[in-house]
Amino acid sequence: MENILEIRNVSKKFVSNNREILAVDNLTFDVKYNEFLSIVGPSGCGKSTVLRMIAGLEKPTSGEILMEGRRIEGPGAERGLVFQQYTLLPWRNVLDNVAFGLEIRGVPKKERYEIARRFIKMIGMEGFEEAYPYELSGGMQQRVAIARTLANDPKVVLMDEPFAALDVQTRAILQHELLKIWEKEKKTVVFVTHSVEEAVYLSDRVIVMTARPGRIKDIIPIDLPRPRKRDSLEFIEYRKRIVNILKDEVLKSYNMYRYAKNGIGC
Amino acid sequence: MNLRKFIAPLLGLALWELLALWLNNPVVLPPVEEVIKVLINPQISILGTGTLLDNTLVSIKRVLSGFILAGAVGVPLGILMGYYPLVMDLFDIIIELLRPIPPLAWVPLALAWFGMGETSMLFIIFIGAFFPILLNTIAGVKGVPKILIETAQTLGAKEKDILLKVVIPASLPSILTGLRIGAGIAWMCVVAAEMLPGSSAGLGYLIMYAYSLSRMDVVIACMIVIGIIGLILDRGLRYIEDRYFKWRYLIK
Repeated sequence: MENILEIRNVSKKFVSNNREILAVDNLTFDVKYNEFLSIVGPSGCGKSTVLRMIAGLEKPTSGEILMEGRRIEGPGAERGLVFQQYTLLPWRNVLDNVAFGLEIRGVPKKERYEIARRFIKMIGMEGFEEAYPYELSGGMQQRVAIARTLANDPKVVLMDEPFAALDVQTRAILQHELLKIWEKEKKTVVFVTHSVEEAVYLSDRVIVMTARPGRIKDIIPIDLPRPRKRDSLEFIEYRKRIVNILKDEVLKSYNMYRYAKNGIGC
Repeated sequence: MNLRKFIAPLLGLALWELLALWLNNPVVLPPVEEVIKVLINPQISILGTGTLLDNTLVSIKRVLSGFILAGAVGVPLGILMGYYPLVMDLFDIIIELLRPIPPLAWVPLALAWFGMGETSMLFIIFIGAFFPILLNTIAGVKGVPKILIETAQTLGAKEKDILLKVVIPASLPSILTGLRIGAGIAWMCVVAAEMLPGSSAGLGYLIMYAYSLSRMDVVIACMIVIGIIGLILDRGLRYIEDRYFKWRYLIK
């Protein structure tokens, strides 16, 4: 079997202020094993909703999502989600945060600390094992959150704009690190972002979504060897192409916000 | 330490002393040194009802018993009410109706149910401490950011893990605040409860007894002890909050 995830005719409606809003409209796509897939789209297009549905935190209103042929009914450890917001448990230090998933699954203390230390090293945070989240910068917290998800060894890593709140430099470093980890650990990654450059830099394929209700506008395979150079001609070509596809949609979503003002956060 | 902070209290003491000398009537206002004399000799029997120390210990023991009981019921119930809507729906109306009733309004019922004595006092203290503990616990549990729960779920956490490893630790600071407020109210309640008929020991009892003998120096000494213990109770719990729950400022 080639596909780890199959998204079949998935739609999602939300009720807000007694009005039904169609956030995601009849989405169908597959994610291959070991693939790095990005989803880009204008804000409010439902891309986060898609990720939350794959994670099992939201149920599709219609359609179904299959993982390795089995229907997803709820959240589970095989689909790890890295949120956009900082989500470390503030009363746990870095080591215990990274080991959290393993602890839940009953891995003995010694073993889970060993694994956690390995991932803390991987994200370049050795020496911070005993630090608490409030002592860390946003970028460090996000790195720990990524380590926490990876240490739990999920088959699919879902990432919801994980670098959105970070400055450009930290972002570039983390993108680089993420690719290294992805190549080494052979994970499947579904990555939501509003940055086209980020999507082109990271992904095997980029799904471009329309403005709300979110549909698939195009799927673009990025045929560039890694590590990719952001200033290479081909890179810029890909970027332009996707930006052009997105442009109309961003305008649409902008007008939608201006005239309707009842958006759902993305 | 800021010395300016002591100016007003010292002036107050001086004024008290002057007023006492001028009035020259210890039944209305005893001089400062009379009160201090009672305070620095806590081991001497007062008015044949035991020492100041003994009576203080009796009060502290009562407060602790009632307070621990209130915590033992209030914290678990609060966690269940905050986490399970079903439990909330079951108890919400009863709690909302009973909550505004001052602890002392329960006195007649307490006397009718439990008679004059320890059990009644314990009941009044329990009522006083219970509601702040319960309400703060509920607020703490309800205030746990949903995203922390979702994070745990995507790491494979089941209901039990979420409750034990996310919800309860995240609401601990709020629970502790409830305990601190509850302890303060319990302390006020014990003094009031000890003034009830049938009481034969404790600071509240000592105050009323000293009053009946016009010994205002003892009354004021007891009041000062009550104030100091209340302060220590509050500061002690506040210290724990600050020391062990620094992280709580991170949860919005």
